[in-house]
Amino acid sequence: MDEKTLIAKRVALELQDGFLVNLGIGLPTMVAAYLPNNLNVFFQSENGIIGMSALPEQGFALGDLTDAGGAFIGALPGACAFDSATSFGLIRGGHLDVTVLGGLQVDQSGQLANWMVPGKMVPGMGGAMDLVSGAKRVIVAMQHTAKGKSKIVQKCTLPLTSVRRVDLIVTDLAVLQPSEEGLILKETAPGVSIDQVKAATDCELIIPSNVPEMQITE
Amino acid sequence: MSKLRNLEDAVAAIPDGAVLMIGGFMGAGTPHRLMNELVRQGKKGLTVIANDTARPNVGIGKLIDAKLVARLVTSHIGTNSETQRQMIAGETQVELVPQGTLAERIRSGGFGLGGVLTPTGVGTTVEEGKQTIEIDGKTYLVEKPLKADFALINAKRADYYGNVDYALTARNFNPLMAMAAETVIVEAVDIVPVGVIPPDVVVTPNVLVDYLIATENRHG
Repeated sequence: MDEKTLIAKRVALELQDGFLVNLGIGLPTMVAAYLPNNLNVFFQSENGIIGMSALPEQGFALGDLTDAGGAFIGALPGACAFDSATSFGLIRGGHLDVTVLGGLQVDQSGQLANWMVPGKMVPGMGGAMDLVSGAKRVIVAMQHTAKGKSKIVQKCTLPLTSVRRVDLIVTDLAVLQPSEEGLILKETAPGVSIDQVKAATDCELIIPSNVPEMQITE
Repeated sequence: MSKLRNLEDAVAAIPDGAVLMIGGFMGAGTPHRLMNELVRQGKKGLTVIANDTARPNVGIGKLIDAKLVARLVTSHIGTNSETQRQMIAGETQVELVPQGTLAERIRSGGFGLGGVLTPTGVGTTVEEGKQTIEIDGKTYLVEKPLKADFALINAKRADYYGNVDYALTARNFNPLMAMAAETVIVEAVDIVPVGVIPPDVVVTPNVLVDYLIATENRHG
């Protein structure tokens, strides 16, 4: 199993029946493919739909039915469409149970930076700032390191997405839970030791006496 | 008087330097014939307020390619390398706005409000130069309303009076923008007799719509 699949399968366990969920572009989108059986989750796409699904067949592509990346999608029975103010009212107004987003950096205080690298990459924040400010639960799904450098740092050096503390960080090495006191090591990935996680992390971690191995969906 | 105009005349009414709100999300729900005609007529120095600039040669991206845009207010340009290039080169002035804030700034412009208070962006670079207000212990940014000279709208259907409905995710910013501009130009996929769109289904009321773009003759 590759690292991204592992992360997606772990995040999938965080979703509960009846949840309204928004998945970011890229790795977070993979979570939809690994939902536990019989789980009825509503996926929102912030361009204005609840009930999006994968495009059933290429021949069904419709220019007026797309996801936030502009890709063609399908719609499940019960789907509904709405304008952008309503879509972000759902996000900001506390109606969205979970958002899963990628990250560039998360720091010891649980703050996330994921929308720009000054001088290098300025894509714009899109919906990320509203999602982190407004969702009931924010899960960051990302690789623990990039180009040999830890993405878990003492203090974000990249511009913040929000000052809100995220709720959970799932990486290819560990599951971390931000708290008032710092990042708590909740789980380690299969075959990964606590020391390996510490070595790949650029800040102190709180290590409970019992750190179980990461569980994932089938 | 009929609101129907041919494409060329409707776009000719847009002067150089105009402020345009343009519907669409990565090209879905963008009025594509209006985009092509803006490029053909070579408008200059436009201000564009839109969620994104899609990709090069797609939707609003065509206005960027043709260098018609002097100023852009948008939430995301990550999918358009040409927009990023023009921004970094200083050719196009770009204001990046969180997507939900952009929607609410347009809505407040069209709904006669003095702006909105939002928690989005507090403590980030988005806060720079803005007023904050504390209400019941929570901090909000004051985000000002946006208005435009023209809104360019893509609709699923318009009736002869200009009542409009939308299709699925092609709705996005369109109904908000139709409220917030001096002149509203609607490019509908179909223009249908009055009554075909039931009152309960109308999203944008006809009084907001100034021009309807005649549909292409699909059998011609």
